[in-house]
Formats: sequence, C-alpha cells, structure tokens
Amino acid sequence: MLTIRNLHARAGGKEILKGIDLEVRAGEVHAIMGPNGSGKSTLAHVLAGRETVEVTAGEVLFEGKDLLAMAPEIRAREGVFLAFQYPVEIPGVSNMYLLKAAVNAVRKHRGQPEYDAMEFLALVKERMKLVEMDQALLNRAVNEGFSGGEKKRNEIFQMAILQPRLCVLDETDSGLDIDALRIVAGGVNGLRGPERAMLVITHYQRLLSYIVPDRVHVLAQGRIAMSGGKDLALRLEEKGYAWIENQPRGAGAPAARA
Amino acid sequence: MSESNRALRDLAAQDYKYGFVTDVDSDTIPKGLSDDVVGLISRKKGEPEFMLEWRLKAYHHWLTMREPTWANVTYPKIDYNDIIYYSAPKSAADGPKSLDEVDPELRRTYEKLGIPLEEQKVLAGVAVDAVFDSVSVATTFKGKLKEMGIIFCSFSEAVREHPDLVKKYLGSVVPHTDNFFASLNSAVFSDGSFVYVPKGESCPMELSTYFRINAADTGQFERTLIIADAGAYVSYLEGCTAPKRDKNQLHAAVVELVALEDATIKYSTVQNWYPGDKQGKGGIYNFVTKRGACRGARSKISWTQVETGSAITWKYPSCILQGDDSVGEFYSVALANNYQQADTGTKMIHIGRNTKSTIVSKGISAGHGQNTYRGLVKILKGAANARNYSQCDSLLMSDTCGAHTFPYVEVKNSTARLEHEASTSKIGEDQIFYCRQRGLSTEDAVNMIVNGFCKEVFRELPMEFAVEAQKLLGVSLEGSVG
Repeated sequence: MLTIRNLHARAGGKEILKGIDLEVRAGEVHAIMGPNGSGKSTLAHVLAGRETVEVTAGEVLFEGKDLLAMAPEIRAREGVFLAFQYPVEIPGVSNMYLLKAAVNAVRKHRGQPEYDAMEFLALVKERMKLVEMDQALLNRAVNEGFSGGEKKRNEIFQMAILQPRLCVLDETDSGLDIDALRIVAGGVNGLRGPERAMLVITHYQRLLSYIVPDRVHVLAQGRIAMSGGKDLALRLEEKGYAWIENQPRGAGAPAARA
Repeated sequence: MSESNRALRDLAAQDYKYGFVTDVDSDTIPKGLSDDVVGLISRKKGEPEFMLEWRLKAYHHWLTMREPTWANVTYPKIDYNDIIYYSAPKSAADGPKSLDEVDPELRRTYEKLGIPLEEQKVLAGVAVDAVFDSVSVATTFKGKLKEMGIIFCSFSEAVREHPDLVKKYLGSVVPHTDNFFASLNSAVFSDGSFVYVPKGESCPMELSTYFRINAADTGQFERTLIIADAGAYVSYLEGCTAPKRDKNQLHAAVVELVALEDATIKYSTVQNWYPGDKQGKGGIYNFVTKRGACRGARSKISWTQVETGSAITWKYPSCILQGDDSVGEFYSVALANNYQQADTGTKMIHIGRNTKSTIVSKGISAGHGQNTYRGLVKILKGAANARNYSQCDSLLMSDTCGAHTFPYVEVKNSTARLEHEASTSKIGEDQIFYCRQRGLSTEDAVNMIVNGFCKEVFRELPMEFAVEAQKLLGVSLEGSVG
C-alpha cells in the first residue's frame, strides 16, 4: 500500500530525512520509533504533504500512485489520514461542521453520494462509542478548550468517521494519561482491518503495549537504523536509544523489508 | 511562498461577480450642485414646499462645511461639482402599478442579482422595496402590511402620502447640520425607504431593500427613515451589489431609526459594492451616516452589518440610548481586501438610566487592505448603572494588510460598568493545513476559518441573510492568505 524509496527531506534549512526505505502492506501496523530529532514527525509531515518540509530526493507510492505529486487534500481524499501530534484549534467552527465537510469531500472524491444531515448524524452516533467521545465535544469549536486527551481522542474519532486506508499517528500517545491512552489505543485497535494500514509514530514503547505492531522500525539520524518484530520495541525500552546509535549500520534485522 | 498561499492569492484574483451594466434610459440632470439643482431634484420628485426648504437649508449649511479628514483612509480629492446628483430610470416616471409594468431590462437585472420579486417571496416572508439607481420602482406586499397599518414605501412616496410623519421625524436623529456627508445627503437625497410600524404592531416579515448603483457618474444619496412606535417591532434588511465601474462613485447615505417606548428595531446590512480592482482602481466611496435613537424606555436598536464591498468605507451605525433601560447593539464584520480601506465602528451614547450596549466587531484584513475599528462609548452624567461590553477582534490574512483599533471611552457617571476585549490574530497555515489534511480545499478551509471567526455576528443576521453573507465573504476573500 505504501512504498517509500530513498526519501530525503529538508525542514528548517536542515536535512532531516537521509534516505528512508519502507514498505507497508494493507492490514499491517508498523511502528516508527526513535529519539527526539530522529525525523519521525518529519516523515509524518512528508506523507501528509506539509509545505514546511521539502522533499529533496526519493519517491513515495501510495497504492501505486505518486503520493508526493498530490496536494494535501487530494492525499486525504485518497485515504491518507494524519492524526496530528498537536491538533490545532479553530475557533467558531464546530467539530461536527468540519467533519461533515471533510467526510463529504472524501465521498465526493470517491464518487459516492454525500451524506445528508441525518445520515451523517447516524454515522457520528455509531462511531462516537469507539473512543467514548462526549457528545458535548462534537458541538464545540474544533479542539477549542479541549484537554490534551480530548484532542487526541478527537483525532481518532475523525479517523473513525473518515475511514482512511492509511493512518499515520504522530505521537498520539504524547500528553496522555494512562486512562486516555487506553481509550485512544482501543479506538485505534477498533479500526484495524485487512484493508487498512497504520503507521504508528511514537517515542515510547508504552503505546505499543496497547497497539501491538506487526513491525517496528527505529529511526536514527534520518535513516531507519533497525527493523524488527514487536519485541524490538521492548528491547529498545530496556536498552535505550543509545544502544541503536552504537550499532554499526545495517546490524540487527534488515533495515527494510521489500 | 507556500502552495496554500499561492492558491489563496489565486482565489483573491477572482473578478467581482456582479460587475455588469444594465442598459436603461436614465432621466439625468447635469453635473454639479447649486440652489437650482436642489430645486430641480425637489420638483422632479413633486415634493411639498417644506421638503424643498429643508433641502436648501441643508445645502446652505453644507457650503460652510469641510470634508472630514480624521478617518484612517486616503483617497483623491472629490470634485463635488463633477457629480450628477439625480438620475432615475425613465420607466419609473409613470410609476408602474404592478410588476408587469416594470421595465423588463430592470427585472432581468434583479434576476441576475438573485433578487426575488415574485410570489415566492410571500412564502419566504420578505417584502421587497427595490431601489434601482435613485427611485424605487417596485414595492411589493404593501397591501398586506397596510392592513396592519404598517407603512413600507419609498421615501418619495412617504413625503407625498405621509408628510406629517416625515416632517416630525426627518432629521430628528441625524440633523441636516450633522456632518459633511449627511448634510450633502440632506440637500440632494434621491430616494430610499420609509417604514412606520404603529403602536403595538409586530411586523410579520423581514422588510428588505436592495440597493444597486447603476448609471455612470451618479452619486447615490439614499435616505432611509424607520419609526417603530410604542411596543412595535420591525426587522429591516439592506443589501447591495453594484456593477463594475472605472471611476470612483460617491455614495453618501443617511439612515435614521426611531424606537419609541418598548419598541425594537433590528437593522441588518450586507454591503457588497464594487471594491475596486486588484490595484485599487475604481470602487465605491461609501460615506454613510447611520444612527438610531432609542427614545422610549425599554426600547432597543440592533445594528448588524457585513461590509465586504466599497473601496472606502466610512460608517458608524450608532445608538442614542435616551430612554431608561434602553438597549443598543452593534454587530459588525468588515472586510478590507486588495486596496480596500474600511474605517468603521459605532457610537453608543448612554443618556438614560440602566442603559445597556453591546459592541462586537470583527475586522478582516487581506491583501493590502486597511481595516480600522473606531468606536465611542459615552456615558453621560444621568446614565446611572449604564453598562457596555465591547469586543473587537481582528484577523490578518497577509503580511501587507493592516488592522487598527481606536476605542474611545468617555464616562461621566461613576456607576457605569464597561468591559473591553480585543484580539488580533493571523489566519494560521496550521489551521489551513489541518483542514486540508481532512480533505478540504484551501478555499473551503479559508472560508470555514473566516466564517468561524465571524460567527458571533452572523448569528445575529436573519437566517436567509446569514447564508448570503457567508457566501459573499467567501467570494470577497478569494485568494487572501499570505
């Protein structure tokens, strides 16, 4: 579903990604771990089409199509969803209003009829349960005055409504207490399926106890320094990122899997 | 420049959608102003003597006045002798008795503008008094209103049919000496609307007038007078678009509102006159005096305006809170895009006891636009327990635009309570990206964010109008983030 080849990218005048190779298939959940500044969030931004990041080399294919050639909204409509690390507040725009516009933009793109108010409401009612979303939050302005946990829950709720093919979760666990983490992870797990792939970006192993990945990749200095199964996360937790950085390049599991 | 910025700028480059000219024979008098021209206007309209006297008094006073320079706007000097002060579509001279008699060309213009004069308006609950150039050519549903004793007609008709009411209230809120533009208007005003709602009556429909400037080089001088007698209620809508012009056009309207005991007047405006092109060429100069007097106890006047058009806007819809427990409100969205300049705000004059006022102003600046909020809250000595809440928010959409705020406060009674909140924010790339990541186009994202910013004002508008206002804002803002 997602193929990344030799991806190089710059942000803020610095080269951050220095040759990423990655293959994610439908139905798989891949975790991207790594120390601060290793390029995890930059990778998420490249996939979503953030303009502050400049791709200098390499290619990204999404379901065989050139992802990098698409505008951010086209990627979204094609089925790429980014759960933001820091969801923005949009005063005066209700959560429901944004979501309805979004879901209909996606449906229109796919040649499906747009939802009317009643159909949309029914969908919302059903998906709310997934992340134990409070009805009151739906009618409030997008993320305005939301707690950290509520913002993240809202991201997963949006994901549940939009039903993307590829979900990129950018440090969704940051700033969450253990209860919120459990709810958010429960929501994500509820959305796992054979048609959907997920890229879970996290600093800590903790999240991966709840969202168990098929593959774990460790990013260091802009490259995938190590890849492995879910146990790799545990080993990292135990030994710290310094352990990776001290390994000669290419050690451990193969850096990427074709 | 990021891609979203570019996309926004492209959107801004869109042409004014209502720029077309209708070919109608106009009954026009020569350029310039003199006693003779004032007399000619009065005669053409078949006015009684008192009107002519009033006009001449205003004209003579105007000759002693100077154009104000304190507003935060700049424009080339206006030659007041190079303006045609009266123009009426010819077909209006005979006075159409029904819609069928209206010039088909006029009706097509209205249709292009989406002004519904037809039966469907009854269902929508709107009576339309359409002003094409300077004379009202069609007034609908007057009959229905008449049964309730409500008068809704053109100003000229009111002068002829209801001279006592006109005599009593004309100039009672905005005197003929009030300011340069109001005095000019008093001398040469062409037409406008007149509303009288009798005691205890609640007007069952939104009264609506569409203004449209058409003949070239014709200044428009509308005069509107609305009176709500004791316990009456009326909601009045004003909306405008103008065809595209090269030359700046002067517009100096006067609106007077009078609310007696327990009466409420709600006045809503969507203003979309030609703002000039992207280089700031052309566009309407809009120098308007709007003022309401809450004369009676517990009366209420509420102004809501969405100002997206005009090259220059100079406008301060105000409330004189004379009656005890009277209430004044001002809700405003003002947009300045490209080279537009807006200097707008309100005055709340608290005279009576326990008077309350609310000011919510949302200024949006884009391109090279300059947006100024100018407001005065004045609490007089006798205004015990007066209260005011003011909120002024500015949204910046480029690095080349400006937002300015001049809130003036004068308090002469120590029991008054005033609150003022202000904010300035720049539309965030983060916000736009967030919306795009959810599948919205940049244009839709900007519209959504801006409409969110304006929400507190839009919800004061009648439903139908609110939708129109949102669309208009979207059109006016196309291509504006940077």
